[in-house]
Amino acid sequence: MMAGLPATARARRSPAAIAASAPANSQAGRRAADRSFLALCLGITSLTVVILAVLLITIWNDGHGRLSWDFLTNFASRKPAEAGVKASLWGSIWVCAICALSALPIGVGTAIYLEEFSRRSRLTSFIKLNIANLAGVPSIVYGILGLTAFARLFGMASADSPITLGNPESFFYLQLPFGHGVLAGGLTLMLVVLPIIIVSSQEALRSVPRSLRTGSLALGATQWQTTWNITLPASIPMIMTGAILAMSRAIGEAAPVLVLGVPLFIRSTPTNLMSDFTVLPLQIFNWAGRPQAEFHELAAAAIIVLLAVLLTFNAIAVVLRHRLQRAAG
Amino acid sequence: MNAGPSATMTNPANTSSPNEINLRKPDFQSAAPAPNGAPDEVAIRADKFDGWYGEFHALKGISLEIPRCRVTAFIGPSGCGKSTFLRWMNRMNDSIVGARASGTLTLDGEDLLSRTRDVVELRRNVGMVFQKPNPFPKSIYDNVAFGPRLHRSFRSSDLDELVENSLRAAALWDEVKDRLKSSALGLSGGQQQRLCIARAIAVGPEVLLMDEPCSALDPRSTASIEQLIRELEAQYTIVIVTHNMQQAARVSDRTAFFFEGSLIECGDTDEIFTNPRNKRTEDYVSGRFG
Repeated sequence: MMAGLPATARARRSPAAIAASAPANSQAGRRAADRSFLALCLGITSLTVVILAVLLITIWNDGHGRLSWDFLTNFASRKPAEAGVKASLWGSIWVCAICALSALPIGVGTAIYLEEFSRRSRLTSFIKLNIANLAGVPSIVYGILGLTAFARLFGMASADSPITLGNPESFFYLQLPFGHGVLAGGLTLMLVVLPIIIVSSQEALRSVPRSLRTGSLALGATQWQTTWNITLPASIPMIMTGAILAMSRAIGEAAPVLVLGVPLFIRSTPTNLMSDFTVLPLQIFNWAGRPQAEFHELAAAAIIVLLAVLLTFNAIAVVLRHRLQRAAG
Repeated sequence: MNAGPSATMTNPANTSSPNEINLRKPDFQSAAPAPNGAPDEVAIRADKFDGWYGEFHALKGISLEIPRCRVTAFIGPSGCGKSTFLRWMNRMNDSIVGARASGTLTLDGEDLLSRTRDVVELRRNVGMVFQKPNPFPKSIYDNVAFGPRLHRSFRSSDLDELVENSLRAAALWDEVKDRLKSSALGLSGGQQQRLCIARAIAVGPEVLLMDEPCSALDPRSTASIEQLIRELEAQYTIVIVTHNMQQAARVSDRTAFFFEGSLIECGDTDEIFTNPRNKRTEDYVSGRFG
């Protein structure tokens, strides 16, 4: 009898009555779907762990026989028994230090400007979009940029007769253009990691509640006082996490350094910013490409060293982050 | 109700304390002339004040006077513009894109809206307490010391005294004196809000703006904040935005009723609640709408 009446005239059914009239979904089916999704996630997770384990075990099996103090303190050599990673290990440390020291202030500074100081405008959103895109550019492209900008200084000064400060033996020796020394290498890697650091620092700053900023501004703090005393300390732990990831990428990069034209075989450690250098990934690349099995073992050993350096970097950053977090809290 | 700045400042909880005198407003500007004039004088004056967010006309022709060393409550339904008006008084709207205002808004006769007005100095003089307690993720001590450190370089003994006096003035000292160095985030909601009040007091403001300071608190904490507001009234010009009409009746001397961006009625709290002149005010305070 209700069917004939207009909808508004029908007796309104209560939500409970409507719910009761609908057929129930299968409880068993829901539980099965739940369990199978859990199983799927576990499977995928274990797959990645297994891949990592296989990688580590193979490398350890291949390389641990070559690991020794001599391996760390010897230069590369034609004779596998005497070869070591001294030059590339120190090269990696120098280049990564330069990279971190230049990329962190510039990257965090850029993020602070974009998040805290810039007014919302077409220009700033254009800049933000570009930085996000830069994070996806292949590193070899940055190598070419580094070669042009740092190693050759856009061709403005002649590489054959560079402008120099001091002599090549002194610790403060500088030259323009930089050539393929550690400074050019570090700055090139800076280009690679800068977008990553900027984007992650922006995320970190954005995660700080707005109420903390307004609280500080309401006390008469300037924008800079608010950023320095409130926003930055609160976001440092997250900024550090981003920086760790960025540095992990920097230390593993071979391509941009290769493009700079560094010598593949050197028997010296850097003494100043213009010194020739090579890095661990290049040394590994070099050894892995040779036909003799001994050199493959050396490559595996160098990979172990690279991973150890990487973990050391991360450990330092984790400790630092923990300290800062406690100081902030 | 209140005779003057110093006479009523007797907090029963602290009368036994040897530092009772410290309940005075923490004054690190003693070299400057006392900023406060006589009570009841006009502290803040708005005349034909209009406020916009972009195209939205949020405040329409507001004219009112806020007396010194009194509690003035802003009431009205959500979106009526009372918080917006409050935020113009210390220029917190500056950071909102598209916010602009016209008309007159003065503090002690000086224009608050002028482009040349130093907002940093203004906000030191006009403190603000927000709806949700927003202590910094720092120690209790550093929260209170934060404001003073922004403006001056203190000897540590002076800063200790200032922190203590501010916490006493906010009726929080006895609860936190043994854990000044522990994180402010460990305090309860009510304690956090009193800490925010102590933090605002520590920079020595003349005016305290409170934007629904109790709406995130339980009844007990609310009672303690309301009592505190009554005590602070002797030394600070207080403007409080509240949704709770009983609260307005309890804590304020003057009440202003806002509706849809206009000031409908402003007068003594007793008048507004017992004998409002305007029909809409009457409907609102008697709970017929809003």
